[in-house]
Amino acid sequence: MTTASPASIREAIGSIQSPAIDQVGVEERVARFTKRSIKKDSKMLALKLALSMVDLTTLEAKDTPGKVRQLCSKAMRPHDSADVPSVAAVCVYANLVKVAKDALKGSNVKVAAVATAFPSGMTTRNIKIEETKWAVGEGADEIDMVISRGHFLRGEYAYVFDEIAEIKEACGQAHLKVILETGELNTYDNVRKASDIAMHAGADFIKTSTGKIQPAATLPVTLVMLEAIRDYYYQTGKMIGMKPAGGIATAKLAIQYLIAVRETLGAAWLNPDMFRFGASALANDLLMQIIKQKTGVYQSIDYFSKD
Amino acid sequence: MKKETNNNIALNFNTDWKYAPAPESTDHIKLKKKYDLFINGKFVAPVKGKYFETTNPATEGKIADIAEGTKEDVDIAVKAARNAYENVWSKMPAKERAKYIYRIARMIQERAREFSVIESMDGGKAIRESRDVDVPLAASHFFYYAGWADKLEYAFPGKKPKPLGVAGQIIPWNFPMLMAAWKIAPALATGNTVVLKPAETTPLTALKLAEIFQEAGLPDGVVNIVTGAAATGAAIVNHPGIDKVAFTGSTDVGKIIQKALAGTNKKYTLELGGKAANIIFEDAPIDQAVEGIVNGIFFNQGHVCCAGSRLFVQEGVADMVIRKLKDRMETLIVGDPLDKNTDIGAINSKEQLKKIESLVQIGINEGGDYYQTSCSIPSKGYWFRPTIFSGVSQSSRIVQEEIFGPVLAIQTFRTTDEVVEKANNTAYGLSAGVWTDKGSKIFKVTSQLRAGVIWANTYNKFDPTSPFGGYKESGVGREGGLHGLSPYLKMN
Repeated sequence: MTTASPASIREAIGSIQSPAIDQVGVEERVARFTKRSIKKDSKMLALKLALSMVDLTTLEAKDTPGKVRQLCSKAMRPHDSADVPSVAAVCVYANLVKVAKDALKGSNVKVAAVATAFPSGMTTRNIKIEETKWAVGEGADEIDMVISRGHFLRGEYAYVFDEIAEIKEACGQAHLKVILETGELNTYDNVRKASDIAMHAGADFIKTSTGKIQPAATLPVTLVMLEAIRDYYYQTGKMIGMKPAGGIATAKLAIQYLIAVRETLGAAWLNPDMFRFGASALANDLLMQIIKQKTGVYQSIDYFSKD
Repeated sequence: MKKETNNNIALNFNTDWKYAPAPESTDHIKLKKKYDLFINGKFVAPVKGKYFETTNPATEGKIADIAEGTKEDVDIAVKAARNAYENVWSKMPAKERAKYIYRIARMIQERAREFSVIESMDGGKAIRESRDVDVPLAASHFFYYAGWADKLEYAFPGKKPKPLGVAGQIIPWNFPMLMAAWKIAPALATGNTVVLKPAETTPLTALKLAEIFQEAGLPDGVVNIVTGAAATGAAIVNHPGIDKVAFTGSTDVGKIIQKALAGTNKKYTLELGGKAANIIFEDAPIDQAVEGIVNGIFFNQGHVCCAGSRLFVQEGVADMVIRKLKDRMETLIVGDPLDKNTDIGAINSKEQLKKIESLVQIGINEGGDYYQTSCSIPSKGYWFRPTIFSGVSQSSRIVQEEIFGPVLAIQTFRTTDEVVEKANNTAYGLSAGVWTDKGSKIFKVTSQLRAGVIWANTYNKFDPTSPFGGYKESGVGREGGLHGLSPYLKMN
């Protein structure tokens, strides 16, 4: 255990009163999003917007510098077509941050590093802080941390809060995304509570999942988190970003997420500064749909580079 | 636990990303230019030869000419129904009756898309609702009551249920197809025959249903459809050959019918107006409750007898709930009923639009805090933007009277006793809603509310297995479920 946090932070934890979440109601609202019909110009705009929000991700032990360089090249120029935007970021383990940073030099694409003993978070706080500092030192613009789900599920909310606050401090200028790993939190009430704790503790973004646990991102979980962001904004005026990650592989599903953002938080969140998709396969499906919208026909998947 | 909310911070829902129009195709629907009366299994011209127009409230354009049934036509229809009752329908084994009803249900499902589009064209409701609610529910009512046809003795153990004879049924314009199903399905299942009058502004789906009856081979005269306005309805109610009247509509007309039926042997059910209390407690799931408020009052343009038109919010969360409600209202899309993205369609008629406008003006004059969404509305057709009034009181007319439009009256409360008293302080008693995360509170509050249908943590949910009907001036009798069988039966 590390030192206790200052009294002011303790006070903040006490003021977090998460409202009840009704599962049936959340799922009904989501059903409304999925029934929106997005066509023509509206669809094209959504596809490009979604592409610009992708965090192209590779998080495997077998990742190589070569693979990361390929991913970066894809990130900067997803397709030969000139009017396709670059993606928002490339997300890698900290040991490959330098490679990515180097490959992305001169572009607007950010480098995100997972840290804090990703994906399980099963280590001491000091090691997590050290790892975060190391990743930032390697040049990461963004840190994707995981919360200690074990402590959260035991009801040790102050522990979770303190840890996030300390990682935030270790991030310095880097943006902090807090992964709740909603697939391990069991209830929407827990998702809401974890979101509130993360935002109050200093998260710049809240993120659903590591992608290593099923279920990863879902629309209902994302809606609960978007509503938490909305309440936090109402109370404080601070805008927190949202990143669903894992399991969003199709353009159709990505557009449904954008509809949820549009109808829950509105215009200010419909950009890569405030909303991201953590995904790898999604980019190619978005590209395929963009080309289809332009030409009227689907092209073979072999025409899209798999990096 | 006062929920903090900073009103200087606002969300902007006016995004660059607009939803492009996504209209449902009308290519596949078949409509005639002129519809006659459906009597004794055939479409026949009205005796007096008069017709009226049915229009599309979203465009104000004419869709078709509809026969205006008179006393003479009603008389022919009732005789056809009597003949079918005595010689065919009441003699037929119950399981054979059930087969016809099942067949009708299946045919509605097969033609669901066509029915949905016509319902939206004729009545102005959003295709999302006619497609996902009205038409599927209409089919489920036929399916459900088909199942009861040969099990009536099990429904009423120890009794020998017998049909009444000819049922005269008058239905409203807010759920034309669904109300036709609510009325016809239990009547047929219990062995009665029917003379039905759809509302004058929305006769088309009932007439399309007549085509299904023909295709299904339903014996001639078992269901007769006589279109027309109030005089046609009165002719049905007052016809001596009618054994039972089933009416859904306004409380004013319900009272006239009740007077007309006093002293006769006719049985009746009346499903009338409402001014439901939708109650949000502090411990409610707030975001889902806001969605429930929207579903309660803006569903079907607020043309719903059980609409949650009086909102009661506990003080501590009132500011937050109203703020969230306003934000949610900004995302509601009002416009072309046939567009798949439309949330709120057209007001059913010019007359209804005028009524809504005049009551809203009264609300403004009474000094309520008035708020309307900024959404754009089409230049042609009948439209009304979603509207809320906060800071109103029990004595306000917009709190007492049924507006039957997308207009919500909001009051706050402190204690459970207070809200129960206010909720019950109305001439109506059709429905109510309660929102709280505490199960015990749900039971405590709902048992004190004098309303026929009460939803907890949801609103405007319908199911054929569930009885529906009102207390006080909201009506007499129950429709739907097991309860919906007995108004069509006599027990020996």
